[in-house]
Amino acid sequence: MKFAVLVNEGPYQHQASDTAYQFVHAALQAGHDVMRVFFYHDGVNNGTRLTSPPQDDRHIQKRWSDLAAEHKLDLVLCVAACQRRGIVDEDEMKRNGKDADNIAEGFRISGLGQLIEAGIEADRLITFGD
Amino acid sequence: MEEDEYAGGVIKKFLYVNRRQPHGTVYALESLETVLIGAAFDQDVSMLFIDDGVYQLKKEQSPDGIDMKNFSKTYRALEMYDVEKLFVERESLEERGLSAEDLLVDVEVIATADVKALVDEQDVVLSF
Repeated sequence: MKFAVLVNEGPYQHQASDTAYQFVHAALQAGHDVMRVFFYHDGVNNGTRLTSPPQDDRHIQKRWSDLAAEHKLDLVLCVAACQRRGIVDEDEMKRNGKDADNIAEGFRISGLGQLIEAGIEADRLITFGD
Repeated sequence: MEEDEYAGGVIKKFLYVNRRQPHGTVYALESLETVLIGAAFDQDVSMLFIDDGVYQLKKEQSPDGIDMKNFSKTYRALEMYDVEKLFVERESLEERGLSAEDLLVDVEVIATADVKALVDEQDVVLSF
């Protein structure tokens, strides 16, 4: 099965990102294909490398980045949602005249079209959020 | 953008389910943005307004007083994006003392039982 995943909530405040991670991990273990994970609304906050959770807690961003490195996962942050919430890669930094970027390893910023495309191309698009 | 050039040839039935009031959270606004961007993909799009989501279509919104953007007029532009199948759940309207005349756009008012059928026939359901 070819899955696509939509994550609509940020880390820690809400369990959606954790559950999405567990789902993607389990799907990959079972031999399924996950063609894209798209982060929207506050979900884009999963993609900042500046988070530093307590050491005895799970590191949600790092967990996604590690999974992406291991499985060549496509982790996409919605550009419009990122602009509102201050998630910035090098291109966005230059375009918006900012003095830093904060995108985490393994994530990329792109448009909402990537979500629609995932809906078209995947067998199932699974949403995590309220 | 590259996605405007999408030429996969596949047409799926997309349903956007709008369940929340227009302000209070950003879901309604960002859902509408998804619909507008998605229109470039020439898919078979429907929108369903249910629960507090029916308030998104309410006439005469004036959120300027709380410093919020009034994006309600955008629903009237959906037609230009070929998004013409707008469904509203009857029970959600009635519970809130509203009728189709209170809404900004022409909609098809359907009963809860028909909502289930509508969802069942979709390929992709995005619920905000």
